[in-house]
Amino acid sequence: MVAAIVNTLVQGVLIGGLYALFALGLSLSVGVMRAVNVAHGDFIVVVSYLLLSIATGFGLNIFLALALVLPVAFLGGFALQRYLLQRVSGKAVLAPLLVTFGLAIIIQNGLLEGYGADPRVLPGGALETKVVSIFGMQLGLMPLVTLAAAIVLIFALDRLLYKSQVGALIRAVSDDPGAASLIGLSPNQVYGIAMGIVGMTVAVAACFMGLRSNFDPASGPGNLLIAFESVVLGGLGSLWGTLAGGVVLGVAQGVGGQIDFAWQTLAGHIVFLAVLAVRPQGLFPRY
Amino acid sequence: MSEPRLTVEGVSVYYGPFRAVHDVSLTVGAGEIVSVIGANGAGKSSLLKAIVGQADRCEGRIAMNGADIGRMGTPAIVRAGVALVPEGRRLFPNLTVEENLSLGWRVGRRGGPRLADVYDIFPVLKERRSSPARVLSGGQQQMVALGRALLADPRFLLCDEISLGLAPTVIADLYALLPGIRDRGIGIVLVEQDIGRSLRASTRFYCMLEGRISLSGSPDAFDRETITRSYFGS
Repeated sequence: MVAAIVNTLVQGVLIGGLYALFALGLSLSVGVMRAVNVAHGDFIVVVSYLLLSIATGFGLNIFLALALVLPVAFLGGFALQRYLLQRVSGKAVLAPLLVTFGLAIIIQNGLLEGYGADPRVLPGGALETKVVSIFGMQLGLMPLVTLAAAIVLIFALDRLLYKSQVGALIRAVSDDPGAASLIGLSPNQVYGIAMGIVGMTVAVAACFMGLRSNFDPASGPGNLLIAFESVVLGGLGSLWGTLAGGVVLGVAQGVGGQIDFAWQTLAGHIVFLAVLAVRPQGLFPRY
Repeated sequence: MSEPRLTVEGVSVYYGPFRAVHDVSLTVGAGEIVSVIGANGAGKSSLLKAIVGQADRCEGRIAMNGADIGRMGTPAIVRAGVALVPEGRRLFPNLTVEENLSLGWRVGRRGGPRLADVYDIFPVLKERRSSPARVLSGGQQQMVALGRALLADPRFLLCDEISLGLAPTVIADLYALLPGIRDRGIGIVLVEQDIGRSLRASTRFYCMLEGRISLSGSPDAFDRETITRSYFGS
């Protein structure tokens, strides 16, 4: 009984790592640009397909493909912000929502046209099946690597945001874009850099999502919902809170699934709503 | 080469259809302190915003050392050597003192004072360099705003209401720094509602009333009554 409970909790924590990866980019874009990107989940899916094409097309290891895609994802994020999202930011709350909603529809239908509706999975090689024994528990190496990747990425982003000049620029523009303009900073340039970083986190999330689960052109909205709940649960602006939010969701889903499989997803949403009711600012709000 | 000079010629500033500044001209030379005084809403801050490229719509010519800077964006204007200490300080509240100051150096010309020089001028900021700007007192925040502008290595420094909301002793301390800044060859434009203090600090002044220059010249050339009449309009 105790072993089953511990196993459920551990599995919840491990899936929480993947959820945190989904949520990191959204947390950054909400925190810096103050805009919800409705197409965030679809960006993850489109990059998964890109990784799939590169890995299978050139016969590359998936992590080598990821290394190739990271700079492309940065440039993609930068260009998207500078040439599309920037045009609607700051005008009205609804405009960025509508634009990214439109993008989501375009991405989903474009992927459907290009790749078909069949579920796909990224080739993980031996990593997919490897199991390690920790304190007597048999744990998949892939979920452990995913959690480790989330922790490393959060640590790196935290250092970037709070210990570097670029991070200071991003936080300054996030604090007060008007004041940033007044002293000669270019908020649009900084937003572009921030969205480029979001693009890189999306690429990492896309890689681990594709390695850990099936994906198809319609997977985006589900990813968005998980990312959004993780961000809100963790507290806006808090990167480590995003991991906590992902873990809370993962554990809730795990416990719900133990009670009844049909409850798995529902349990996550119920816990999200419960935490929101008691602590609307999230678990570890930075602002 | 002629003496460095910031020149504003026939500048008007608009907010939509509303004209906040009407055909204003002024100059400030290197190593000179010039005051722009006027009541609330006279157009002083709008004029400064126009100089640093922040006005929504602006007509007229703004030049530095003869070169037109009026069509440049704010980052280029700051790099050319015009820095603003904005009204209300406009610090980044969640950034530390040191991060706020470093941004000034980053956006500026990078040839003048360094962080250590600003800490020499404001020792208290060195003690509080790791504190978020939001926890500082008003006077300390103003020191950060002024230090940030100085780190941009300006040729011309625009100060918008640096005394606003501060205790008289703190204001006196800040004003005591201005001659030292001027003596480095920096031209200073002081925008203030406080007539007495700003006129004592400056060699020339411009008084604004309802968006227009109502009086200008040396503070010694006019009696108090004339200046007050131009300030309030009567």
